[in-house]
Amino acid sequence: MVVTFGGGARDQETFAPEGQENIPNMMRELIPRATFFTQVVNRGILGHYVATASLATGVYETINNFAVLPPESPTAFEYYRKDRKRPSSDTWVVAPSNGFNRIGESNHRSYGQGLGARVILPKYLLKAAMSGSGADYEHLLRDNYENPYYTPELENKEFELEQLETILKLSATDFRSHARTLSSPDELSLYIVRQLIRQVAPSFLWVTMHDIDVAHAGAYSLYIEGIRRTDRLCLELWKLLENEPEYSGKTTLLILPDFGRDADDDAGGNGFQHHRTGDAEARTTWLMAIGPGIREGVIYDRAVESIDLVPTLGEILKFSPSFAQGKPISELV
Amino acid sequence: MASNNIPALRRLPLSFLPNLLREIIECDFKFPVERVALTRELDHLGALSDAQVADLFGTFYRIKLSTQLENLDWVNSPAQFVEQLSAHLWTTHQLDAFRTAATTYANELNVVTALDAPPLPRLGISIIGQGVGSFDYVLFRKLRPHGTYFNRIKPENGLRILLDAVKARAEVHPVPYGHWYIDGGESADSDSTLTCISYAALEPVRAALLSRVHAEIERPGMGPEVLRSTMAALRPADLGVSGGDEVLRRFQVRLLTEGSGTQLFSTSFAQWAAREVLRRAQPVTLLVRFAPRQRQKPMDELLSAVPAQPEADVLGSLVDADMGAYYNWLNQQRLPGAAQSRFLVWFEGHSSALAIGPPMARGTVSDSEGDLKKLLTWLL
Repeated sequence: MVVTFGGGARDQETFAPEGQENIPNMMRELIPRATFFTQVVNRGILGHYVATASLATGVYETINNFAVLPPESPTAFEYYRKDRKRPSSDTWVVAPSNGFNRIGESNHRSYGQGLGARVILPKYLLKAAMSGSGADYEHLLRDNYENPYYTPELENKEFELEQLETILKLSATDFRSHARTLSSPDELSLYIVRQLIRQVAPSFLWVTMHDIDVAHAGAYSLYIEGIRRTDRLCLELWKLLENEPEYSGKTTLLILPDFGRDADDDAGGNGFQHHRTGDAEARTTWLMAIGPGIREGVIYDRAVESIDLVPTLGEILKFSPSFAQGKPISELV
Repeated sequence: MASNNIPALRRLPLSFLPNLLREIIECDFKFPVERVALTRELDHLGALSDAQVADLFGTFYRIKLSTQLENLDWVNSPAQFVEQLSAHLWTTHQLDAFRTAATTYANELNVVTALDAPPLPRLGISIIGQGVGSFDYVLFRKLRPHGTYFNRIKPENGLRILLDAVKARAEVHPVPYGHWYIDGGESADSDSTLTCISYAALEPVRAALLSRVHAEIERPGMGPEVLRSTMAALRPADLGVSGGDEVLRRFQVRLLTEGSGTQLFSTSFAQWAAREVLRRAQPVTLLVRFAPRQRQKPMDELLSAVPAQPEADVLGSLVDADMGAYYNWLNQQRLPGAAQSRFLVWFEGHSSALAIGPPMARGTVSDSEGDLKKLLTWLL
């Protein structure tokens, strides 16, 4: 399972000494069991969709961050399914917004159509399920925090509702009721993940968190609140894996932000608010790995790259990422 | 201005020139110090030999542009060019090279065209925590290493004392757009010696902007990039703003059309306004008073379908403003005369304040007693 701790979190608000108070659950419960890399460098485009696509392909993708386009290079999901001959139900992506609709499958001619992961967009499910309820959730459904006024429209509402009922075994009524008890879209994502794990039990699951990106609105307290919530959700996710027989003791969990955010002292930016300058703090982040065969309580300061993730997954899941540009992280395989 | 400098402009690389052209086009609506800086920059560029231009802009010349960019009508639409250039730099992995080139150029420019230090040491004041009673949060964490923390300041009449001090500086040293008061809520004062902006006063403009945005996103073919360009092109009259000072009107509208979150959160507005005032107007005095922003509703409330009045999030706003004060200080320290600059942040209605400047020891705590007038005396 891969979790992107996002979107966009700086070291100084997470694992740097002054930030550790914001991630008490990971510090207390996960770090002692994990191998931790303190420097993961993203040399690509620092937009959430394109950066996530780069993480998923092992190639620095250059697609338009705000267009609903597939990655150009094969994704880890395609490599896995093709090499291991796995069905589509075995690879899933849970992602925050309509803009991530195509993340599961590239348009690469050797892979692409029919070989990718199935994608669930919880906010889109929510929109379909809430249709006609009269609730004031337009603000909640905004697609991303960089362009909060714009949401790309998708066509397949019926398919989404079908996912809800036939795959997740949830009625629209139950889904609505449960959503009303949750405080954020990432909590909704975790709820979906829980259903997926229990109903489908995929071998390869990718969860993209996004609450933290509220930082674009410029309110530091909301950014910190997002980090604390994501910290809590990561622990809940790990506990979920530990308690499910299909996953317990045989699942590797990799957690990393897609990238950081601008440094306070870079005059070209406005500190935590955005990720536009491409400075070192925006490009450098961390990676935590937990699971069977992963050394516990070990910290590595050597730099690895975001695009090393797919080759590393290839070693763990036994597939061959032929077009990925990164290298397997030797300490994890 | 552009036509007077054609020979100088012709020698500049296309990866750089539209940025400068955009500044020239906006010149009539810039603050006085910006106009001086732009004039000096153009004079400097005109005085360089060809060899010096080749040396200074070498990295810019090596940036590879697409044919599409080269064919764009950058003379008439430099802002559109710059926006597309940014996307091109990211896509082609040339952003780092561009950053290096821009930083080198800015450093050289700062040496050659630096504005004089202000007539008196710059003073920045941030007032944070309006409406907060008790709380569990360590204030001024990022600023403490740089100054002296006072924990026995008498808060009575604090706002009045600080406003009067700012006005006194403005009266003694009148400088156009030199003394500012930004309020994240309703302005507590208006004085002709100060340039004042407030979040509350801009409420009709914010409403007009949001209404405009909602109308735009309904249009066929609208996407995020087009929307951003559309917002950036809005002028005061488009949002019903008229009368008074055109430079200030345009400045205020840009805070809302180009700032992120400034339309929704008063704390974001106050911080961004301060950043832009410092960057552009380079004020001698800047007082920023943060006010409570509206509370961000959690998902369960948004889904409840029960209409509720907007509530203030005073504790969240304190955290926002504490960080905002740090950014205000950082941005002030980027201006000429930084070594002599003074900065004061006060927790409104409380006895905590922190002062930074040459008379203040760094990273220390003082239990000296006094009101804010006394503290200003120590600081200045």
